[in-house]
Amino acid sequence: MSTFVSDFKERAAEKTGDLRLRQFIRTALRGYEVSRDKRKGAFQSWESARQAAAETKWEAINHLDTHLESLVAKLEARGTKVHWASNAQQAREIILKIVTDKKARSIIKSKAMTSEEIHLNHALEEKGFTVIESDLGEFIVQLRHEAPYHIVFPSMHLTRDEIRDLFQKELGDAPSNSPEDLTMVARRVMRQKYIQADIGFTGGNFAIAETGMISITENEGNARLTAALPKTMITLMGIEKVLPRFSDLALFLPMLATAGAGQPMTCYNTMYSGPRQAGEADGPEEWHVVLLDNRRTELLADAEQRDSLSCIRCGACLNVCPIFRNVGGHTYGTTYSGPVGSVITPHLRGLQDWKHLSNASSLCGACTEACPVKIDLHHHLLQNRRNASASQPSFFERLAYKLFGIVANEPRFWWLAKKIGWLTQPLQHAIKSSALDPAKAWTKTRDLPPQPRESFKDWWRNRK
Amino acid sequence: MTVTLFIPCFVDALFPRAGISMVEVLERLGHKVICPEEIACCGQPPFNSGYWDEARTIAAPIVEKLHDAEVVVIGSGSCGAMIKKFYLELFAGTRHEAMAKQLSERTWEFSEFLVRKLGVTDLGAKFPHKITYHDGCHGLRELNIKLSPRALLGKVAGLELVEMKEDVCCGFGGTFAAKFPMISTAMGEVKIGNAVETGAEYIVSGDSSCLMHIQGLLSRQGKPLKTIHLAEVLNQR
Amino acid sequence: MSERENILGRIREALKVSAPLPGTHGEPVATHTVAESPTSHAREWLPLVGPSVEAQFDLFARNCADLKAGFQLLANRDELKATLAKIATAEKWSRIASHDGELSHFASQSLGLPVLLTDKGYDVQALEKCDAAITECDALIAQTGGVVVTSRSTGGRALTILPPHHVVVARREQLVADLPAAFALLQKKYAPDYPSMISFITGPSRTGDIERILVLGAHGPKKLTILCF
Repeated sequence: MSTFVSDFKERAAEKTGDLRLRQFIRTALRGYEVSRDKRKGAFQSWESARQAAAETKWEAINHLDTHLESLVAKLEARGTKVHWASNAQQAREIILKIVTDKKARSIIKSKAMTSEEIHLNHALEEKGFTVIESDLGEFIVQLRHEAPYHIVFPSMHLTRDEIRDLFQKELGDAPSNSPEDLTMVARRVMRQKYIQADIGFTGGNFAIAETGMISITENEGNARLTAALPKTMITLMGIEKVLPRFSDLALFLPMLATAGAGQPMTCYNTMYSGPRQAGEADGPEEWHVVLLDNRRTELLADAEQRDSLSCIRCGACLNVCPIFRNVGGHTYGTTYSGPVGSVITPHLRGLQDWKHLSNASSLCGACTEACPVKIDLHHHLLQNRRNASASQPSFFERLAYKLFGIVANEPRFWWLAKKIGWLTQPLQHAIKSSALDPAKAWTKTRDLPPQPRESFKDWWRNRK
Repeated sequence: MTVTLFIPCFVDALFPRAGISMVEVLERLGHKVICPEEIACCGQPPFNSGYWDEARTIAAPIVEKLHDAEVVVIGSGSCGAMIKKFYLELFAGTRHEAMAKQLSERTWEFSEFLVRKLGVTDLGAKFPHKITYHDGCHGLRELNIKLSPRALLGKVAGLELVEMKEDVCCGFGGTFAAKFPMISTAMGEVKIGNAVETGAEYIVSGDSSCLMHIQGLLSRQGKPLKTIHLAEVLNQR
Repeated sequence: MSERENILGRIREALKVSAPLPGTHGEPVATHTVAESPTSHAREWLPLVGPSVEAQFDLFARNCADLKAGFQLLANRDELKATLAKIATAEKWSRIASHDGELSHFASQSLGLPVLLTDKGYDVQALEKCDAAITECDALIAQTGGVVVTSRSTGGRALTILPPHHVVVARREQLVADLPAAFALLQKKYAPDYPSMISFITGPSRTGDIERILVLGAHGPKKLTILCF
């Protein structure tokens, strides 16, 4: 067993054993579901909106080259510097070069999963730069030196008491455990950081090919400040973020808010089309946009699963996933967790190392039902399983299924198998859930149903 | 009508009462039931594990044998989804493709067959108990089965249906239950928690496989809730 | 070859195989051209907005209440002036920030307080010390309770986000029904030379990052007040 899968199983066992945390996460996500359903209900037709969103992203992704060329031409025409990075290392090098050239000391960041993907903070800190995450949830997990728990709600696994203790320890300032007080501590700490920061770093939610804009969605205003105050702005974004038209946002912005957080609209949806322009009061003198491939083109080459590039990172599939709800975000060990993470990680980081994520699913389909852009998520998990088994089958598993096929296709063998099962029942019962029990994976926590002497087919035959 | 009844492997071996009830219900409605003995399994275990060649070995004889049947009825949303939906993918581009398509069109999940094909909801059943209904995910999301079981249960004398607060997977998931037992068990605990909250005596479902998992947990945890297949409820007089 | 050419080359290579259409569960298509924009009917699917101006103001007011944004529909400039004065007194404003503009000028000057204008450049620390920002807007959106501002029309990027209270002064005719109308308005007003920042503000700054409990004023304004006449 690879270390990836054994680590996953170890963490999953630990997390599913934490009943308090499981209940805490479940309550939070139930709350999300209630508000999401209310907002979905306000749409005249959520289903038509989903279909249109899916078709729009289909159009964008299936003409990605022309859309990217248009986006970049428009961005460059207004003074934005566009960089292309084939992989994480190139992206880090590009960003390091910019901050070094600018003789920057401190970098303020708003939330960007792409920066987690390329492990940017680590690379910057290693070179002596100060990096501050400004999104409250990201700030909290940064203080704890851990990865975000959830792509939209990074600190949802922590209680207010834990955050109070963290602030007390790291900031020496935590008047109480009230979310209001704690948020205000972060606000105070951050204010001067914005003003002092040399570089503002952001991600991007949508890139508009038609007008050359990058749209950023946020609730707190931290991305707005990040894009307003520092002299240099850097935006790192996956190449798949394109939308064809400016007006497409009229549909995508409320859908992202509804699917992602159960809000009618996120508080700030801001479209940037350049650095500070002539006649404007403020804004960065320079804007660098880094377009990241990092094996997205490999996903693009898989026509069957190409639609997973439509993902708008709303997190809806995580929120409804019973696996995610019970094992939590850190168990996956990936940048993108939950169903979409289980679909794309094998493409981004290697099928054999990450195929276990596709196996760790009951294929219930709640994710596919929740996805606002109709990614066929749970069927892609099946396809990953097929691809993994085809390219590197497990000897024993394949043998087992071959034998099962022989038994299933021959009524006499099938009858015999049932009889053996019935006869060995008392023995199985005696060794139940012990190390000797071949069905231990089942019987450790569950009883097996008693097998009746007469099977259905026995009954059918006797009846005739 | 001649109904070809497809009995899933675990119903045959472990839950014969569910299969017998389906035969009796269908016969009482005046249909001729046949049940090909040489069919044991739909091939879903190897299919879901990614072993499509092995799945085809099991499924190809079924497609050959059943594609000409008048109707095929199957007492499981999960095996139903396998035949109606996933056979199309499994056999795409093979010589069985057209047969798989025809079989898909002729195959009905048990509750859907009664309600949508036959237009029957009242089977004269009597089951004076408080129950909750578990939707198997394959039935619910691959085949959109939601209303038919409820239409049938609505006509059962004495039965009170109390819905659970969320449509959530029970955690069975086939080989998933054995490959990731800790996750599967955690999901099952959530499910039985929801079921217990309803105050029901029985969890009813159209999928014996989900019930096997749920009952296994209930029994291990010493919970008094019982599980029963929809067909058995409909066959109670 | 540049990375740009490498990436675009990989994209073109990948797209030689066509992908299934969305919502068809795997049915591949040879070629598919999008006849019209799939989002062009968005208005028919988004939350319903009544046709009359009264209904739209009513919806805007309800959305503002949900968002915990202040909203007052006023009769005239005198009422605007009086309302502003009341807020300034209640919150003990001592300095405010604003921008060039007929309406913002009227509103900010009416209080007799020192006013920092951001248009021609400003000191960030001075802006940070202002108690409120008074700005105009490009549109109000009935459907969402939102306000549209831009770097060109409302004093830059920071004015509408840095001070703790953002007061928007607007005229009634600036209300649009829905999001598609707001995007159409921006297109008509600016294309192709858009301001470098366009922001749809929907309620005061907020976070739910601690136990998903709503807290206003995470980083941006704790208060958003929309005064319309």
